[in-house]
Amino acid sequence: MIHVENLVKTFGEVKAVDGISFDVSHGEIFAFLGPNGAGKTTTIQMLTTLQRPTSGSMKLDGLDPVTQPLQARSRFGIVFQDPSLDVELTAYENMDLHGALYHVPRKVRVERIQTLLSLFELWDRRDSFVKTFSGGMKRRLEIARGLLHTPRILFLDEPTLGLDPQSRNQLWTHVKHLNETEGVTVFLTTHYMDEAERTAHRIAIIDHGHIVAQGTAQALKQQTGAESLEAAFLALTGSTIRDERADAADQMRQMARMWRR
Amino acid sequence: MTVVYYLWLREVKRYLRSRPQIIGSIAQPLLYLLVLGFGLGPVFEQSGQGSYLQFIAPGVVGMAILFTSIFSGIGLLWDRQFGFLKETLVAPVPRLQIMLGRTLGGATIASIQGTLILVVCMIAGFRPYNIAAVPLAFVFMLLVGLVFAGLGTAIGSSLKDMQGFQLIMNFLVMPIFFLSGALFPLNNLPTALTLATRADPLSYGIDGLRGALIGQTQFGVVTNLSVLAVVASGFLVLGAWAFSKIQI
Repeated sequence: MIHVENLVKTFGEVKAVDGISFDVSHGEIFAFLGPNGAGKTTTIQMLTTLQRPTSGSMKLDGLDPVTQPLQARSRFGIVFQDPSLDVELTAYENMDLHGALYHVPRKVRVERIQTLLSLFELWDRRDSFVKTFSGGMKRRLEIARGLLHTPRILFLDEPTLGLDPQSRNQLWTHVKHLNETEGVTVFLTTHYMDEAERTAHRIAIIDHGHIVAQGTAQALKQQTGAESLEAAFLALTGSTIRDERADAADQMRQMARMWRR
Repeated sequence: MTVVYYLWLREVKRYLRSRPQIIGSIAQPLLYLLVLGFGLGPVFEQSGQGSYLQFIAPGVVGMAILFTSIFSGIGLLWDRQFGFLKETLVAPVPRLQIMLGRTLGGATIASIQGTLILVVCMIAGFRPYNIAAVPLAFVFMLLVGLVFAGLGTAIGSSLKDMQGFQLIMNFLVMPIFFLSGALFPLNNLPTALTLATRADPLSYGIDGLRGALIGQTQFGVVTNLSVLAVVASGFLVLGAWAFSKIQI
């Protein structure tokens, strides 16, 4: 369903993604784990047509996101890591606009919006402007919106960041349900190892733009001789903390990028 | 077409909901109208050109449209910073439709803003010479709105963040406004200035508005309409192209 070969993305001298390859088969839940700045989001951005790769090839349901972006986009849905709501619109309007963008027929749209907003306990606040929402509510709305249409592939980029355990539970139950009943292929990233272990069929660990290991949670634990997935993760990626920092050079680069793409 | 309509509606809704912005964007043209209109009025009249308020009102309407439409296009940058842009970019919809919805929305709110200013001008004492010609003024408002919403979208797609905004304001928007003949008649100018004013698309919009509102035109209605239509198409194509190239 997703096929990636030797994918590379460089920003200036920085290699964000450095020759990764993997396959996700139809109906699989695949977790992509890695420390901050490892290249997870960049990979998702390339797969979802938001960034063009420097080199390498990708296929989404047999379609190339670079040369057939429009067809590729009709195959997936995505919940972004950072906010992507229109805060000047109401919760309902955000959902409705999304439904229109994804050609969900009006009748189905109305029903599903009610179901999803109720599921994530936002139905009572449907006519409030999103700018009045708390961080957690916005997050829940993003997720509800991402589930409005039923794509063949669902990308979830750290969807549970800033969610309470109740909503997290709600989300994963729903995602598993979609996966089992509709055969939706799921590609997710998260920092919570327990979520990955419970939800994903297969896991890949990425660090410094390379995939350092992939397999089932069980296999990764055996490979490293660790007790838990978290210990396996630390054994594979080390315990130093990375920050995605912006130094003076980065800022200069950003200034330069403003005018030239 | 549904998508174009939804994105158009989004722009219009956002505009109607931002009262402070509406009032704020009336203030600047109003300042020009009242201070220059009444301040330079006596000088203008002494030189035998008639009422300056009558002359400047179409210019001020054009100014409001220029600012509103170009900023609605650059508003793309806000969508980029607040993240909503991504949501539209990954949708299975041709980017041309997304761009069209936004741009038509921008041109629409610019025309509403221009109409508001026209009403304000009339309260200040402005009178159209012929009510029957006023509908033509709306055609010009919409065309000017399209020209600059298209240009704004092209600019908004090429910028990465708000830091370039001041640059655009000082080196593009203000010159377009000052060279358009909104504030002074475009005849008997030094050659260099004449050339610059002829190259400014807003000149034809202001002249068209003046033709419709006070019955004075320099280039003629046909020239004004054709130049604006051609430039609008050009900028829409440019905007669509720039928009299709966006990467997050």
